[in-house]
Amino acid sequence: MIELKHVTRRFGSTVAVDNINLTIETGEVCVLVGSSGCGKSTTLRMINRLLPHSEGEILVDGEDITTMNPEQLRLNMGYVIQGTGLFPHWTVARNIAMVPQLLKWPRERIDARVHELMTLLDLDPAAHANKYPQQLSGGQAQRVGVARALAADPNILLMDEPFGALDAITRENLQLEMLRIQKQVRKTTVFVTHDIDEALKLATRIAVMDQGRIIQHDTPENILRRPASEFVENLVGKQDRGLKLMSLRPVRELMQAHPEPKIPESGAEGLKEEDSLRLALSVMLWQDAQQVPVFNARGEETGVITRERLIQEGA
Amino acid sequence: MRLWLPPVLLAILLCGLSASMPALEPLFQWVQPDKQQVVYERESFLFLLQNHLLLVLISAAVGTLVAVAGGIFATRPSGRDFLPLVSQVASIGQTFPPVAVLALAVPVLGFGEAPILVALMLYGLLPILRNTLAGLEGISPAVKEAARGMGMSPLQVLVRAELPLAGRVILAGIRTSVTINIATAAIGSTIGARTLGDPVIAGLVNGNTAYVLQGAILIGLLALTTDSLFEALERTWDRRFSPQVAV
Repeated sequence: MIELKHVTRRFGSTVAVDNINLTIETGEVCVLVGSSGCGKSTTLRMINRLLPHSEGEILVDGEDITTMNPEQLRLNMGYVIQGTGLFPHWTVARNIAMVPQLLKWPRERIDARVHELMTLLDLDPAAHANKYPQQLSGGQAQRVGVARALAADPNILLMDEPFGALDAITRENLQLEMLRIQKQVRKTTVFVTHDIDEALKLATRIAVMDQGRIIQHDTPENILRRPASEFVENLVGKQDRGLKLMSLRPVRELMQAHPEPKIPESGAEGLKEEDSLRLALSVMLWQDAQQVPVFNARGEETGVITRERLIQEGA
Repeated sequence: MRLWLPPVLLAILLCGLSASMPALEPLFQWVQPDKQQVVYERESFLFLLQNHLLLVLISAAVGTLVAVAGGIFATRPSGRDFLPLVSQVASIGQTFPPVAVLALAVPVLGFGEAPILVALMLYGLLPILRNTLAGLEGISPAVKEAARGMGMSPLQVLVRAELPLAGRVILAGIRTSVTINIATAAIGSTIGARTLGDPVIAGLVNGNTAYVLQGAILIGLLALTTDSLFEALERTWDRRFSPQVAV
């Protein structure tokens, strides 16, 4: 758990972060979102003491971070940044092994861990372990960056616009990957982004920041339904909210389930249970269908979703 | 291994030529038919070569140590205030001609090896300092930020990331410095240091082209040898630390 209490950061006479209070529960993904210069990166960098805070207290698992050794503190926090910051003179495997090496893990344990992480992040160890960062694509490099941050199994993950420099398709893949990994590892994550869609997709709770203050700290759904101010309303896109709400909910919630899963005919097209309602609507509009079958992970048809229900209850 | 062949061959040629210069007397007789003595004999060439090398080596070692330490200091948070001053000194200092450095050193230190050694150190550390600064400043801020954010101490960041990444540029600075100093050390003969410049100066004073040639050839060979040595060193460095640029 990370707690920020009345935290302020000044640069000279300008106030970058203004008396913020924020509690991030263990295992949750808190996304700090706001336009550039709103203090979100500053907030993140204060949590691992890359920047000292001017006033207030920051507690990690109840302990004041100013009483801890900064290196020890950071070794227990994964850190992912936009430019990856991979060491260009180290191979992928050595980059991932950085923190375990600093912690003086035995060689075999490091090797096993690197292999495990590369597999987790969908990087073929045989093909990529001995490459150098310059030989990777942007998406692959950022995967290595995430693997490096997870290497020593830290309790906390700090991510500073990690996918900001990637193209839309790679970014989306990595976002999905992150959701998948987060399900497995459950890290307390602080994620900074300026992209509200990314925030809505990844967050369990979103903190909207503006001019150094937290305007609203709430679940994605509440941010959309009950924006605290005009600023938040504009940020989430006033008229786009219906579709954004739909993209938060999975098809599973609104489908009419069959009494028993059916084996579909081969070649049947439909949705997956975890697809969003927004996707369901899009498919219906495209196929001009009144209802679309829904399949589970095993490929069995578990229900249907109808256009009527989607329009009535979707948002 | 093929990398080290040119410097080794050049070094053998250099030593061989220094040792066997008297044997080439007929050749120099042909260059300078009007002189009785055509091979410089006041000191052996091997001794001059050794002394010349020693001067350059000591000044390069001290210069490297001081310049790299200074460059590291000026790029730390505590030394940041000095960075503009240090980099200006490094740049302006290089516009001084080496002869002027010698001329200024003599009144202070007198004649002999001491003033030339001081002049070589001071003059030689400038290119190294400039390259150390360029190398350390040229490292992507993201790399340093990530290194620190992952829990490396400032010393670990320096040793594991900054120096290996800046090393290639620093090495190039040392190469420039040593090459310049090989030439500058020869001028040291004018103020009484025993170097390969001796035959050149003596030849110029006495109008003996053969002397000039002997000194100049050896100085040139020495510079070539050192340069190819650095070439090999840089290539080795590339293979070890920056494989992305190695071919």
